[in-house]
Amino acid sequence: MPGPATNDRAARSIRFLLDGEIVTVDNPDPTRTVLQYLREDLRRTGTKEGCAEGDCGACTVVVGTPAGEGLELRAVNACIRFLPTLDGTELFTVESLADAAGLHPVQRAMVEAHASQCGFCTPGFVMSLFALYKNPAFNAVDRPGRRDIDEALAGNLCRCTGYRPIVAAAQAMYDGAGEGDDAGNASGNASGDHPGDNSGAWLRAPGNTCPLPPGRARRLEALARRAPLDIRHGQRRFTAPTSLDGLAAALAERPGATLLAGGTDVGLWVTKALRELDDIVYVGRVPELKRLAVAGDALEIGAGVSLADSVPALVARYPGLEEMFARFASPPIRNAGTLGGNLANGSPIGDALPALMVLGTTLVLCSAAGRREVALDAFYPEYGRTARRRGEFLEAIRVPLPAPDPPGGQRLVRCYKVSKRFDQDISAVCAAFHVLVADGTVVSATVAFGGMAATVRRALHCEAALTGAPWSRATIDEAAQVLGRDYEPISDMRATAAYRLRVAQNLLRRLHAESATGAAPGPGVRAYGRAG
Amino acid sequence: MDAPVKASVAEGAGRAVGRPLPHDSAHLHVTGRAAYTDDLPEPRDLLHVAVGMSREAHARIRALGLERVRRAPGVIAVLTAADIPGRNNFGPIVADDPILVADEALYAGHPLFAVAASDHVAARKAARLAEVDYEPLPAILDPETAVAAGAFVLPSERLTRGDPAAAIAGAPNRVSRRVRCGGQDQFYLEGHVAMAVPEEDGALTVYSSTQHPDEVQHMVAHATNRAAKDVVVICRRMGGAFGGKESQAALIACLAALMAGRTGRPCKLRLDRDDDMIMTGKRHDFVIDYTAGFDGDGRILGVDFTLMSRCGISADLSGPVNDRAMFHCDNTYYLEHVRITSHRCRTNTVSNTAFRGFGGPQGMFAIEYLIDDIARHLGKDPLEVRLCNLYGKGERNVTHYGQEVTDNIAPDIIKALAEDAEYAERRAAIRDWNTASPVLKRGIALTPVKFGISFTSTHLNQAAALVHVYKDGSVLLNHGGTEMGQGLYIKVAQVVADEFGIDIGRVRSTAADTSKVPNASATAASSGSDMNGKAAQAAARKIRARLADVACRRFGVAESAIEFAGDRVTAGAQSLAFAELAALAWAERVPLSATGFYRTPGIHYDRASFTGRPFFYFAYGAAVSEVVVDTLTGENRIVRVDILHDCGDSLNPAVDLGQIEGGFVQGAGWLTTEELCWNAAGELTTHAPSTYKIPVCSDLAPDFRVRMLASAANREDTIYRSKAVGEPPLMLALSVFHALRDALATADNPAPPLVAPATPEAVLRALGELADA
Repeated sequence: MPGPATNDRAARSIRFLLDGEIVTVDNPDPTRTVLQYLREDLRRTGTKEGCAEGDCGACTVVVGTPAGEGLELRAVNACIRFLPTLDGTELFTVESLADAAGLHPVQRAMVEAHASQCGFCTPGFVMSLFALYKNPAFNAVDRPGRRDIDEALAGNLCRCTGYRPIVAAAQAMYDGAGEGDDAGNASGNASGDHPGDNSGAWLRAPGNTCPLPPGRARRLEALARRAPLDIRHGQRRFTAPTSLDGLAAALAERPGATLLAGGTDVGLWVTKALRELDDIVYVGRVPELKRLAVAGDALEIGAGVSLADSVPALVARYPGLEEMFARFASPPIRNAGTLGGNLANGSPIGDALPALMVLGTTLVLCSAAGRREVALDAFYPEYGRTARRRGEFLEAIRVPLPAPDPPGGQRLVRCYKVSKRFDQDISAVCAAFHVLVADGTVVSATVAFGGMAATVRRALHCEAALTGAPWSRATIDEAAQVLGRDYEPISDMRATAAYRLRVAQNLLRRLHAESATGAAPGPGVRAYGRAG
Repeated sequence: MDAPVKASVAEGAGRAVGRPLPHDSAHLHVTGRAAYTDDLPEPRDLLHVAVGMSREAHARIRALGLERVRRAPGVIAVLTAADIPGRNNFGPIVADDPILVADEALYAGHPLFAVAASDHVAARKAARLAEVDYEPLPAILDPETAVAAGAFVLPSERLTRGDPAAAIAGAPNRVSRRVRCGGQDQFYLEGHVAMAVPEEDGALTVYSSTQHPDEVQHMVAHATNRAAKDVVVICRRMGGAFGGKESQAALIACLAALMAGRTGRPCKLRLDRDDDMIMTGKRHDFVIDYTAGFDGDGRILGVDFTLMSRCGISADLSGPVNDRAMFHCDNTYYLEHVRITSHRCRTNTVSNTAFRGFGGPQGMFAIEYLIDDIARHLGKDPLEVRLCNLYGKGERNVTHYGQEVTDNIAPDIIKALAEDAEYAERRAAIRDWNTASPVLKRGIALTPVKFGISFTSTHLNQAAALVHVYKDGSVLLNHGGTEMGQGLYIKVAQVVADEFGIDIGRVRSTAADTSKVPNASATAASSGSDMNGKAAQAAARKIRARLADVACRRFGVAESAIEFAGDRVTAGAQSLAFAELAALAWAERVPLSATGFYRTPGIHYDRASFTGRPFFYFAYGAAVSEVVVDTLTGENRIVRVDILHDCGDSLNPAVDLGQIEGGFVQGAGWLTTEELCWNAAGELTTHAPSTYKIPVCSDLAPDFRVRMLASAANREDTIYRSKAVGEPPLMLALSVFHALRDALATADNPAPPLVAPATPEAVLRALGELADA
């Protein structure tokens, strides 16, 4: 039976699977990135550093999290992922895919499509495609279309190929599944690395058609944690509470600790700002924060729910947000990052903020002293600050459910994002509108913009100009005019002040035009002429 | 997604040339087993180097306080300009580019010192601890200010033919405009990196991610006070380069080597992405003035161009870059009376350098903008104006620099493409569509490309190769070219395999290595396959002749009867396996190693008068792009692209197709989303992918049709009559820019003043939607 010393070691060690085998790291440096660990400690150099900020995808790896009988596979950026957060998962790198039976179907498709030139981005593409390949939504019959592929690869930059052959590989990668040299694997020794484990067959089976090899499943179960992680590395500490109370207690004790969720921003504090984070409380192991459910008249999203999981729930209820969320970061960032992190971070260009603000979202803040609820539009008093107090953490985001349209009226909920590049770019302007029109008159209007001020905030003059006025082009022009009183945007590398203001005004005009024509949300050029 | 690959060389049995073979490292790329410089096993005691940079755009360094740097955890050594034993310079043509600033920092990012520490992060942290006392000096931050101040890195140049002033004055129509095209970061996915390893007796091995190992070797030798023989530079592959690792790699390699010299330990310098983008050069942004006179058909009667480019702080490669811009102000058009003035502007920004196209794109940007303006002035289809200005065949066919265009296939390519792409029908349909669409506007344009192939410095047009045949019949190939993803190694291996009639699997290409092939030119100017292919062929032919001689004696036949094919050597009914013949030759004491050399024939050029035949031949192509623009936000996307490109008889159609597609998308990035911004203090504010936006997958046109010209043998005797393909396709993307301009044009705003890159903001500005400048 484990004695105290063993418990202590268990609390300070992380364990995860790599190539199907359990890896244990005792007292890892809490801010060592998965990429540094792979390249420098394991000398596993297939995974590359291209930017160290989660933007280029050369470092893409796939993390598997136990989910029911199987593994939920998600591509993430190893360059900004702290090693201790791998605890309890299975890590797949580009070296994990090929085995004695040869190249993985994804790899073979990439070779056959001539989809690598310099090859430096290639491991990252292979891993993003591997995640797509294992996505249960697709298989050899129902292959991903161009949009699905664009979406899956939005976080991977290639400077050589122009992407055409990579898209071709993504469509062809199912050709080899379950055939030829792969077919032999299903019945027997699939993998030279893991005899009898059937791992190769599992890796090569598209979608979720192949059950997890039993040995793999047992090893994953063995990773289950008995005591919460509490890593001491020199003067650094990293804890991962496993309950809401544990989290509250940790923050009560260490109110100055850095709260870590997806790490898609905190990671850059380390890799770019070279900050020393000596005390980290990781929220990713708190089950209560992973809840996503309807509670009363609101959709309640736990602060630890990833963007990848939050977005579909929001878009299902508010289709007008789809266009913006489709352009929100990239899959590896959405898989790691949380909606809570996007809101708690308080950036003036946080893309979820305007939309959730106009929906009347409230935040549930929790501490050892208790809970309180704060309206999102009161959460950002000034640049770089939020209303979160010391010892407090964001527990949940409460987004009101859509109310029925008023009789004879129309409820317009729209969010538009404008940036230099369509995918994975930071907004120059992000606009959100929630307008209720009945009998040709604006009953209520809530308008919020990102990128227009030091914080995301509502456009009160604009709202006032709309409310009670006829829903007409003249009203829109008036409301657009007063936006200049609501905001004094800055000029920076994303856009000038003049552009920001003009686009903000024009987006109001777009809202009106859309409501008049009944056009589907987001008729901008992003969707124009794109194949399915 | 239709992208047919047409192999234009018939596939003979076992023949490698002309086949769409995969990249020689493709299987390594996809498994993560391709080793880049930072992936090489690290020697014991390796130190990691980081660079401390100037925060001021222009300042005298009163004091460089490095005590905190020295005391930082893990720090082993610090290096300043005073510690450089040899020459403090990495400028390749003019010695005006210090490795480390001695007393005056010339741009925000200028390296002031280097620090070596036990690990990468410790070095980077230490590099930020310097206490620098700056005395700020006035800074020039853009080309126009530089011209006004007379600040140039090199003397201005002028090329005149005919009497442009009179031709313009006498023309029935005139147009003048100032146009702008932005710079571009290479954004190779692998940043700059070098590892220097001290060897015995003062020798030094440098593993460098470079397109120009020879130059790195010489710069390292000069800086460390060694002879070239004491420095070996090795590069197996780069994770992209695009010109960015031509001259710039020497800075990184010199710092690693100097630190290795200082510490006696192996040292590696790998630049963080932000540091890389701040510290190393990019494509030159240009401001261009033109005035032209033209007739009622749109034919240019006279034109006067003034090119002003941002060169940054030093000459670097700006001389030849701007020369090439001057050479490409004609693109495919005959300019009878022309004057081109070129200002090479000194600015307090990073020294700009080579980038795919090397000035050519900017020169073509100028002429294509002018052509578009003329068409819009006359209310004509720009394609009509393009056609009436094309170089003729046998007449109107001498360039402004005196080279006769003897291989003009531009008219044929344009005609074929316009038909294939249904340009006229679509143009008419788009006009109808636009009248009914108040917000979204579509546009279409066809632009051609004619790009001169050869280094304009004639002496650089030389290459060498080293080929070994082992007695088991396997072949080791080395040449002066470097592999940056462009598929050079597989192409040259294909050539060598065919010389010996052996399977390509018997040929191994080895890392570029200055101890194997000396004095090699940069792998640049699209010349890699042309020159190294010929050099390797020459080496292989020497060995093959010796082998044939052995076979003749063995078979008792004349040499003409010997055939090398299918891994065998055959004469009539007699036959030997290639490996058997190799073993036989060895036993007969016949040498099975040879070098090959190639110099591009027939080129000459007088730099003083800008006349001669600087280019061996021209590569051609044309593209039709269709775009859609959102006039509320300026956002835009490419909807359809049709390309017809000339690769001669392609050595490897798959590789060449990749160059066409990739070059086009990279060019589209240059002209649309990729924007370099500096703030008022002269700091680059777009120095990471979060702020600098290269195309992503969704930016690829949903309808992308690329074809290679069939039966297109180069009229010059190039390797298997192929053509260079590295750079020319980039300029096909000018069609995207002009399609955007087409989409924005209205009766009230017939010639919108769009600048490149055509960001959403630039589009709204061209629409007159933004009041300020």
